[in-house]
Amino acid sequence: MKPAPFEYVVPDSLTEVLELVAKHGEDAKLLAGGQSIVPAMNFRLTQPSLIVDLNRLDELNFINEGSNGVLKIGAMTRQRQLERDPVIKAKAPLLHETMPYIAHEQIRNRGTLGGSIAHADPASEIPVIITALGGRILFQSLKGQRWVAADECFVGIFTTDIAPDEVLIEVEIPPLPDRTGWAFTEFARRRGDYALIGLAVVMTLDEEGVCLATKVVYLNAGDLPVNAEAASSLLVGERPTDKLFEAVAEEAQMEINPTGDIHATEPYLRHLAKVLTIRALNRAYERIAV
Amino acid sequence: MNELFEVNLIVNRKSYSRRVEPRLLLSDFLRHDLDLTGTHVGCEHGVCGACTILFDGLPIRSCLMFAVQADGHELTTVEGLSSFGSERNGELHPIQQAFWEKHGLQCGFCTAGILMTMSVYLKENPKPSEHDVREALSGHLCRCTGYQHIVDAVLLAAEKMQVSTMDIPG
Repeated sequence: MKPAPFEYVVPDSLTEVLELVAKHGEDAKLLAGGQSIVPAMNFRLTQPSLIVDLNRLDELNFINEGSNGVLKIGAMTRQRQLERDPVIKAKAPLLHETMPYIAHEQIRNRGTLGGSIAHADPASEIPVIITALGGRILFQSLKGQRWVAADECFVGIFTTDIAPDEVLIEVEIPPLPDRTGWAFTEFARRRGDYALIGLAVVMTLDEEGVCLATKVVYLNAGDLPVNAEAASSLLVGERPTDKLFEAVAEEAQMEINPTGDIHATEPYLRHLAKVLTIRALNRAYERIAV
Repeated sequence: MNELFEVNLIVNRKSYSRRVEPRLLLSDFLRHDLDLTGTHVGCEHGVCGACTILFDGLPIRSCLMFAVQADGHELTTVEGLSSFGSERNGELHPIQQAFWEKHGLQCGFCTAGILMTMSVYLKENPKPSEHDVREALSGHLCRCTGYQHIVDAVLLAAEKMQVSTMDIPG
């Protein structure tokens, strides 16, 4: 239970980090909050030869609201900061409300926004929230910067679209449209454990109460955040009713791909998904002030 | 042997300077290099909470950080909770006193971590409900007590901290 030896660098500037990853590529592992990579190193599931510690990059720790209402959040912003920041609470309430579901305070005091996205654990909350909110992610290398939509950022289990010479530096979250409701819910066997299944809902209605757009995104329901598009399309152009929510949830439980294990069989997980989906749709709908 | 890094840090208001291998976990550094064995090591993957300490005043898992990362930072471990060594020699922190009075531990393995989390929690939440306390305890596993006496102890500690004149670290 001790990490294998590694070389260690703790740069003071992003430029230095970019030069290191350009030179070492996949041999260099970036250390953000360390709440996933350090356990993996302790178990020797991963044995990186070079650790580049990002914890002195204060330039990647920020929460700013642009004049257009877009939230810009630095990759090294701690999860605990997101939980407590008044701007996040006011402008990205879904993100604010989901933070306490992530492990425990002791973990969130270290864990970062960027680390959670880059780790791309299908059971983690942040990738699901950023996907549901239609966010985008900024990668930077010595060659330049590029934005990737959250929808396209996650490409496989523990895998994002990031290249070996790139660093995840920022996340942008667009403002919620008018008449938009949101909800997050998950079920875990013990407080703070990885959830068996969970989901985020973002729903927008028009002035007549007809659904303009809905996103329903699941965690632990496949290799990446699972956006149940067929299910949510049932709502678009319709007025929400209990019957419609039930139909959406039924479609969604077929659309997702949970894996059963000794704690919960696949049919149980699908049933759970359906129950949680109905709850989350109702919660999101209740929050829309028509 | 890997390159050694110099680490200068403050633990329980005392300055230390050591040279460490980068792979040395902060939990092992506290125990083996600084002889502060009050911080316990349980699961070594961030689940059990036994190794919880305060890092710049915030509770964190010391098994999920490297000692080299503590350079320039200020830490508090369970040894720093009581006023031992000051003019109030031997006086327990109100949380420690409450754990004593309510029998909030049996084997004591998980206790140090719980005390560290609660020392911060009770300052931010001076009048928690029983539900709040159980929620705040969720990052700590105890295999002896069934938690009931721990919850009682934390609730008593909340009362004690209201009237304590001790300079409480963390």
